[in-house]
Amino acid sequence: MKVNSMDNLFQQLNEVLIISFYVLLIVGPLLIAVAFLTYLERKVIAAVQYRKGPNVVGMFGLLQPFADGVKLFSKETIIPASANKIIFVLAPMISFALSLVAWSVIPISENLVLANINVGILYIFAISSLSIYGVIMAGWASNSKYAFLGALRSTAQMVSYEVSIGFVIVCVLLCVGSLNLQDIVLAQKNYWFFIPLFPMFIVFIISALAETNRAPFDLPEDESALVAGYFTEYSSMLFAMFFLGEYSAMILMSSLGVILFLGGWLPPFDYYVFNLVPGFIWFFLKVGILLFIFLWVRATLPRFRYDQLMRLGWKVFLPLSLFWVFITATVLVFFDILPNFYG
Amino acid sequence: MNEKQIKNLTLNFGPQHPAAHGVLRLVLEMDGEVVERADPHIGLLHRGTEKLIENKTYLQAMPYFDRLDYVSPMVQEHAFVLAAEQLLNLNIPERALWIRVLFDEITRILNHALQIGAQGLDLGATTPFLWLFEEREKLMSFYEAVSGARLHAAYYRIGGVHQDIPDQTLEEIFNWSNGFNKIINDIEGLLDENRIFKQRTVDIGVVSKKEALDWGFTGPMLRGSGVVWDIRKHEPYAVYDKVEFDIPIGKNGDCYDRYLIRMEEMKQSLKIIKQVLDKIPKGDVIVDNPRISPPKRNNMKSSMESLISHFKLYTEGVRVPEGSIYKAVEAPKGEFGVFLVSDGSNKPYRCKIRAPGFAHLQGLDFMTKGHQLADLVACIATMDVVFGEIDR
Repeated sequence: MKVNSMDNLFQQLNEVLIISFYVLLIVGPLLIAVAFLTYLERKVIAAVQYRKGPNVVGMFGLLQPFADGVKLFSKETIIPASANKIIFVLAPMISFALSLVAWSVIPISENLVLANINVGILYIFAISSLSIYGVIMAGWASNSKYAFLGALRSTAQMVSYEVSIGFVIVCVLLCVGSLNLQDIVLAQKNYWFFIPLFPMFIVFIISALAETNRAPFDLPEDESALVAGYFTEYSSMLFAMFFLGEYSAMILMSSLGVILFLGGWLPPFDYYVFNLVPGFIWFFLKVGILLFIFLWVRATLPRFRYDQLMRLGWKVFLPLSLFWVFITATVLVFFDILPNFYG
Repeated sequence: MNEKQIKNLTLNFGPQHPAAHGVLRLVLEMDGEVVERADPHIGLLHRGTEKLIENKTYLQAMPYFDRLDYVSPMVQEHAFVLAAEQLLNLNIPERALWIRVLFDEITRILNHALQIGAQGLDLGATTPFLWLFEEREKLMSFYEAVSGARLHAAYYRIGGVHQDIPDQTLEEIFNWSNGFNKIINDIEGLLDENRIFKQRTVDIGVVSKKEALDWGFTGPMLRGSGVVWDIRKHEPYAVYDKVEFDIPIGKNGDCYDRYLIRMEEMKQSLKIIKQVLDKIPKGDVIVDNPRISPPKRNNMKSSMESLISHFKLYTEGVRVPEGSIYKAVEAPKGEFGVFLVSDGSNKPYRCKIRAPGFAHLQGLDFMTKGHQLADLVACIATMDVVFGEIDR
């Protein structure tokens, strides 16, 4: 682009500043949400296990996440002698950055979104595929057998479940007729998609667990076999970045679930009272419910074995989601209610 | 074309590993995720218990048995006192025998609670572990009530038990036993029909009847393969012939069967505990022999003879007649045996300990061959290895 006058330059600078401000507005609360998600996780699991969970630092232990953060900050960053140093340091950064980047297209409420692009869902899909790189780079650069095995498992797992998530999304897209996330939410004005597409909703939740490496699919970090999987060799802030990345990916997947199936910021019923509540509150409530499912599952279920997980992904979810794409398309065409794709 | 040699991956599993159950070190030869060969290296917790016992009186040797398998302390004390009592040809007071059965079964629940919890943990289920550990804490307070120690009790004595059990403790045990069923039901609800748990344990680490017998497996490892063998039933000691209980056996000899057996054994132990609480007689708890039981504490403050008796006879210890004996008890992990050789002095000439975990660990290689790394972890858990007893 050619900049002819000072005015034009200032205008551009101004735009950059405004966008940076918006980015901060998203990332700041997100990181705080991540911090409290770790707190919530410990509290929920503690409740399941008849324990108290963190209750010492601050009121009800509310400051525990910050204490953890300070601790991680003050630790020494250990880089193994045999590691490939550049990639070793780069990997957690990629992991962390990618988990934040996807947030730019998530509509928290109507028009409350950083970039309302018309291929939002594709963008998210692309970003979440890229996040494999952080994992495999970490595993390879650590030059440790445990990390290596963990990275291999993780890569295979994320690739497999991406496929079924893809088909789930195709199902939703068929019903909406747009790749824009706002349109997807608005299409659910009358009924949320988890009602007609219930099996896909289940497939999505389970795949989301696998995609984010959460229990019962947390075998990349299978502590009983692989110590800590791909981040075995990491410590201090580099470790914390993986950790933050994982948790913000959890929130991201929950948000995606809310947008695709639970009607985003829309209230459950179109009543006057419900409409009084601002949209983003509904959004966060729904995300909270999905996140609770993440934690609940972790407290309840044992872990899958590597081959069983692959079998579930390829032999159960893939045919099932393919079949539902077929069914959805058939029904839509048969009753002539296919949405207009070019509208 | 150049031929490329493909080498298997050698993985050093432990001793600093979360699933190594203490200080197990395995050298694994792996083809990707599949275990080709598992080579356990032992000895990292070797403390020379057997040799140390040769230089201790029989009374001083007792606490070493708590420290072998530190998850089931009192049962092992039982094996030692049984052997020594047989050599001494003692008549043990009835109440002491019942107390021993009571605490053997409490110990069995202690052990199985840890095993099931740890197995769940190794498979990724964290919740059963914490539920069961709460129960373990309660049980350990019964240990504390009778012996003063929560873990290394040193409660059994040659000739009986150290002190009488208060009625209040019996009542507390009764109250606890009523509540424990709920925890067992909760665990069953969480694991028994859990599909992931079953996928991880059914047909994993299969031990056939013949293999179990060939490798000298005992306890749940043997019963899991369908062999009916329980020393409590077949060679009853203490008062096991006066209580009623069943021996659960498995069919397939896999990890799942062994899990079910351990759950059932906890229920059976509970049944035994209730019978003991019903039937326990009043009376002495240790034989009245100045070399075996100490004089009353009060007497020692005022009576010279008592003091001398304690100082000369009790601390010197009992002289065990010459001879040798092998005595085994049904420890939670299997047959725990003590082979005692006495030369007529107050110290054992030789004390050989048969630890069940030692025999089980040998089977790791054939149990895990061709399984995945994650199954290896399940196998280690199901063998219930504790290195205190394996390395001794």
